[in-house]
Amino acid sequence: MKKELGIFLLLVALCAITAFINPRFLSQTNLTNMANLIGLFGVFSLGLGLVIITGGIDLSVGSMCALCGVVMSMALTEWHLAWPLAVLAVLIIPMSLGWVHGALVTKMQMQPFIVTLCGLLLYRGVARFIANDDTKGFGGGEGFETLRSVASGKLFGLPMPFVTLLIIGTILWVVLHRSVYGRYLLAVGRNEEAARFSGINTRRVITGAYVIAGLLTGVSGIMIAFYTNSVSPSNHANSYELYAIAAAVLGGCSLRGGEGSIVGIIIGTALLQVLQNLVNLLGIPSSLNFAVMGAVVLLGVMADQMLQRRAARLVVH
Amino acid sequence: MDTPLLEMRGISKRFPGVVALDRVSLSVGPGEVLALCGENGAGKSTLMKILGGVYRPEEGELLVDGKPVCIENVNDSMALGIGFIHQELNILDNLDIAANIFLGREPLIAPFQIIDRKKIHADTEPLLKRLGLNIPSTTLLRNLSIAQQQMVEIAKALSQKARIIIMDEPTSSLTLTETDCLLDLITGLRAEGVSIIYISHRLGEVSRCADRVEVLRDGKNAGGLSRSEINHDNIVAKMVGREIKNHRVPSEAKLTPGFLKVRNARSSRYPDQRVSFDAARGEILGFAGLVGAGRSEMMKAVVGLDEHGCAEVTLGEEFLVIRHAKDSIGNGIFLVPEDRRGEGLITAMSVRENTTLPSLGSYSTSGIISKARETVVAKEQIASLRIKTPGAESLVRNLSGGNQQKVAIGKWLAMGPKVLILDEPTRGIDVGAKAEIYRLVRTLANNGAVILIISSDMEEVLHLSDRIAVMHEGRITGVLEEADCNEQNVIQLAVGRSVAAAKPAFQ
Repeated sequence: MKKELGIFLLLVALCAITAFINPRFLSQTNLTNMANLIGLFGVFSLGLGLVIITGGIDLSVGSMCALCGVVMSMALTEWHLAWPLAVLAVLIIPMSLGWVHGALVTKMQMQPFIVTLCGLLLYRGVARFIANDDTKGFGGGEGFETLRSVASGKLFGLPMPFVTLLIIGTILWVVLHRSVYGRYLLAVGRNEEAARFSGINTRRVITGAYVIAGLLTGVSGIMIAFYTNSVSPSNHANSYELYAIAAAVLGGCSLRGGEGSIVGIIIGTALLQVLQNLVNLLGIPSSLNFAVMGAVVLLGVMADQMLQRRAARLVVH
Repeated sequence: MDTPLLEMRGISKRFPGVVALDRVSLSVGPGEVLALCGENGAGKSTLMKILGGVYRPEEGELLVDGKPVCIENVNDSMALGIGFIHQELNILDNLDIAANIFLGREPLIAPFQIIDRKKIHADTEPLLKRLGLNIPSTTLLRNLSIAQQQMVEIAKALSQKARIIIMDEPTSSLTLTETDCLLDLITGLRAEGVSIIYISHRLGEVSRCADRVEVLRDGKNAGGLSRSEINHDNIVAKMVGREIKNHRVPSEAKLTPGFLKVRNARSSRYPDQRVSFDAARGEILGFAGLVGAGRSEMMKAVVGLDEHGCAEVTLGEEFLVIRHAKDSIGNGIFLVPEDRRGEGLITAMSVRENTTLPSLGSYSTSGIISKARETVVAKEQIASLRIKTPGAESLVRNLSGGNQQKVAIGKWLAMGPKVLILDEPTRGIDVGAKAEIYRLVRTLANNGAVILIISSDMEEVLHLSDRIAVMHEGRITGVLEEADCNEQNVIQLAVGRSVAAAKPAFQ
């Protein structure tokens, strides 16, 4: 809890400073827009967060998102599938890919970094190939108005992606912090061998995390596709996995596994989006966008490490 | 004999709570093969680590060529011409033979400080020839057998002008032919004037290659044997001979013999051996043997933790199919592993979380854990095992070794064990906690559990067990009934000899 508090205070401070310098930060348009982005990035960051808790990593998230976007668009506008079928396909594909990642990591004992790096290259290539490298869109959008409003509409004035993040976040909070599966995830991430000696099927637990990550990437993929409304396969959702990793680490996940919280990952995602917004609103050259993000993540993790070391010393004495 | 090459006089070394070495003396002459024998924990390794510069003695002196020397670290030891071949080989298997031999002292070519590859290979070839190893020096270590890798270690010691080579259990992972080769090599080295200190549990090898035997017992010199006196019985006689106070608490349980039947347990460590044994309900069956006898590996195979192992287990009348730890746990067969921190516990989790981990299902309703129910059980275990912890939420890593072990046992007690396997349950634990664990184990047996205890501590295994199964090289060499449980018999069986009183392990 303490860990989330630190980064939450950082988030509040950044918001306060930005709002103070440029009151437009608090305008309804800006807040709605930001909430929308937090929702879009938060959902897949949560999935990747679970994978990181097992001690793994998933670098293929961005490419998977692009593949989902391409398939979604083509299914609706070119293959004329009914939208529920298209949605089903776009959820099943990334889940199966996640299962393959999990199987390769647990059964073949391959390193998650390599497995998902190959995924990154492979799915991007497949997305470009099936789209013939053409930008895909959703045209007039006949026949799937419901889907569009669910994916990119509003509920009680809140953008749907943000609502989705809140719902999924709540479910995952229960899963990670209250359920048997969540306890197994943390146990496997901390000491896989001891978990195995306690009778836990560690392979299934780890594979499960990759499948959930795939599912959430699919959900994000649909929403992102409707948000951008056009999917250019070569750079759609490019390097989004890095945002997710940054958010998870900022939110208290350790890349060594065994640590992390849902609230932390969501706050981490929010922090990254506020930073981008801040760059725009404060008139910082947008070329510095990434530099600001990199510096804040670095400082945040550094400060956290120093505080923890101090806390550890206090315990010893 | 003139001045011995190496002499150790009155060496003492204490660790917290134990005197590992008590005024031990030892000497090795030039070109002499000295075998160092003793039970587990007799102090052999500690003594050799002092020679190797790993530990420093609290008392005593070391002399090389009759001159007092001071060995403060590994480099000092090497500079004095002492080479150490550890049981776990220190090799980098991604490098070739020459690179391994010259690791850390590569000859360099100026001006760019490039490794002189020609020279290291040229220097390595004659060493390999001297050891009878017909392999090019450019071979990667990973492509060599363990015996050949060991040869490379010996070559490395020779290249450092070692005059004394210490070999700690060098044959423990070698085949018979490879062992023969190594013993021949030792004879060859001796003829060249190299001295060897040979540590082995295998008395046959000792009788074959040693010029002299020095036996340690409980950290003290137990006497030496000259060449003509070396034989099995003399060595064993010196290894035992300690008085063991026997405060055994007799079993009060009604025994149900043959309640647990294990047949054809095969571990990946000894794939050619099949182990079978019976154990009664209410009994404590001890598993004795020298380190590396394959006891832990066999138990892991029994509970389904060895992927390449297997075992047929019958509990009561029921034949169990065990493929995964989950299967044995579901049937009430639990293992408390030797490596507490690595395998038994998740030290970064709390006492509560560790206690409930193997049976989380019973603390949850449709997948959601009830923390309140967990806490109740964790507190019960803390109270009944008298675990010293600030509370159920404390992280296990902040507890002492003895209390960690209680948590590791407690997590199974909460589930009502039918068979509890304890692997070295009191290693690294203080005397008080030890006594508590002994009492606990006896109570469990009296309440009708089958207890299997692996222990390398002779005193412990004699003290606790109702019967003792002794293992040697992956098989059970005999089972001793209560009346025949004594050190002499255990040692004889542990070194692979037969004992008249020993019974078969199963009917």
